[in-house]
Amino acid sequence: MNTINTDGSATALSAQADMPPQLRAARIHKQRIIKTVILAVTLLFLGVPLLCMLIFTLRHPLSGRWSLDPWKAIFTGDGSSLGADLSTLWSGLGTSLALCVVTVIIMLILLVPVMVIAHIRSRRLERVIEWVATLPLTIPAIVLVVGLGPIYRWLSADVLNTNPIWLCFAYAILVMPYAFRAIAVGLNSIDVPTLCEAARSLGASWPRVFFRVLMPNLWQSILSASFISISVVLGEYTVASLLGRMNLQVALYQLGQSNSQISTAMSLLALLFGVLLLVSLDLISGAMRRSKEEH
Amino acid sequence: MSLIQGNTMASHSDATTDANAASGSVTQAAQAVLAQSTQRGGGVQMLGIDKIYPGSNSKALNDFNLEVKPGEMVVLLGGSGCGKSTALRSLAGLEDIQRGRILVGGQDMTAVPANKRGMAMVFQAYSLFPHMSALENVEFGLEIRGVASAERRKLAMEKLDLVGLADQAGKYTQQMSGGQQQRVALARALAINPKVLLLDEPLSALDAKVRVQLRDEIRRIQLEAGTTTVFVTHDQEEALAIADRIGVMNHGRIEQIADPVSLYREPATEYVATFIGLTNRLPGHANGAEAEVFGQRIPLLEGSRTGDVTVLVRPENISLIPAGADADAPKAARDGLTGPEARVNVIHFLGALVRVDAVLTATGTPLTIQLPASELPASLKSGSMVQVAPRPVPALAV
Repeated sequence: MNTINTDGSATALSAQADMPPQLRAARIHKQRIIKTVILAVTLLFLGVPLLCMLIFTLRHPLSGRWSLDPWKAIFTGDGSSLGADLSTLWSGLGTSLALCVVTVIIMLILLVPVMVIAHIRSRRLERVIEWVATLPLTIPAIVLVVGLGPIYRWLSADVLNTNPIWLCFAYAILVMPYAFRAIAVGLNSIDVPTLCEAARSLGASWPRVFFRVLMPNLWQSILSASFISISVVLGEYTVASLLGRMNLQVALYQLGQSNSQISTAMSLLALLFGVLLLVSLDLISGAMRRSKEEH
Repeated sequence: MSLIQGNTMASHSDATTDANAASGSVTQAAQAVLAQSTQRGGGVQMLGIDKIYPGSNSKALNDFNLEVKPGEMVVLLGGSGCGKSTALRSLAGLEDIQRGRILVGGQDMTAVPANKRGMAMVFQAYSLFPHMSALENVEFGLEIRGVASAERRKLAMEKLDLVGLADQAGKYTQQMSGGQQQRVALARALAINPKVLLLDEPLSALDAKVRVQLRDEIRRIQLEAGTTTVFVTHDQEEALAIADRIGVMNHGRIEQIADPVSLYREPATEYVATFIGLTNRLPGHANGAEAEVFGQRIPLLEGSRTGDVTVLVRPENISLIPAGADADAPKAARDGLTGPEARVNVIHFLGALVRVDAVLTATGTPLTIQLPASELPASLKSGSMVQVAPRPVPALAV
């Protein structure tokens, strides 16, 4: 947010360079107030529901009694004092975390080499891949499930089993649009063909070009693709629920039927985790840039 | 000539049959290049190369032939789309060719992948690895070759020193200017001690002053190291300044290859004559070895046409005689030269030289005349009437 603010005032400065300084200062001051108001309203709009969730977890809806019991239940892992069985929640959480890891691995193995090769070899192929990768965004999850249903019936009956970890295949498709964007940004920020050719002409084999030259320049976008994928997987409900598999969101929903306070507290935690991931991504890349500049 | 060629071809019959076996067929022009090359240790031969880009139906390289002697710097010169970069990239192994053979030091490289050819390339686009410092970039090729860390560092520092950037070893690309980046790229290419150094318009992205500086430095380093070098450029001044030989390219093949002086003085084709330097197109009548232009007899170069022709005369080979100004009449007038009348349009002062743009009053033919600034008649200004006469220097008639 900070960066947006400073950028905005910088352009305003250059546009009004011919104004008298007092007038310019007044204009900038006014713009700053407007920006602050817009920011505040937006944050309020986004924050109020979260605040309500937080209050809901602390204040019992029927008795109106304030307590930390739901949070205690989560952090001690024992919900019996509130009459809730948390075992489903833990197994759902475990599944979702495992799904994050597996989905990210599948996504990276599928997407990174294909995108790099398409980027070097053929612009047309790259556009086709972009189009395909964007499809999951336009197809509602519920439609996707209708198509995935028979496949998963066959997968669980004949090939694999009903273990929810196999949701990873469906999730690899779901995260594709986001991961594609993140990696494409990285690829477009460097001159991939020239770097490859330079490395090749210096004697590097293709694997070396990939791991020694391309990956170090792409790791930031690969990290952001991974983090975005993780937050998508952690928040996924529709596909898991409709295919009858247990994951974090499905468990949260079920728990919500018996104890909505714990379920809401857990949702907040999952959300917080996602936000922390994205913020840490920003911090890591910022720190990397700075350390390189200082070098 | 044909007899000599026949002999050499016979003695090289083994090589030519190999060529035939390897690539299906090799054209006669290719065989000629192959035949002329004696058994040399280094050097490059590109024989009968055809290259068609996917989706295109014209040949980017059309029976392209080139021979580079060991330690020589050959510049491929041509306009955009003439195939000069394609030729270089084919030599580097970065492009697949449809036909022909590539030999380096007598070894067939046609099917060898780019990373095994032992060449190194400097690109027009900045190509340093952004995640590595200048020193690490230079070390990259040595690292691949398994050179031990300490040795690697020492060699890389030597090369950085050679390009005058030893004090910038720790810098990253974004902290260096374009010229510095290209210097590091040059050091990186030289570090692996390449069999052939390939330079693909390495100076095009730089500003004029840096370009000239780095150009001269490339030549100095190349002469010192004795590296066989192929340099691609569209800038004729650059080519004339550094080349041992220049190959002027047109339509996917070399139209003429010669040392800069012969190329300028004895162009073989109209394209070469007009591409290199400035040329006046004067009407004349050719008769065997001479042509008559404006009443002057001019000897003709090999390959000239006969009959009514256009004679291509360099600007410095036209004399200029101010009309009715006997006092400071230049040498040409004293030699008794006369010619048609022309009106001076613009006088460009270029330091040591002066270029005069004029128009023949009778026909409206534009003329460019160049003379040393010291020989410029003081009375001459735009609008002045002059007489012009071509000097008897060999020229091409087309």
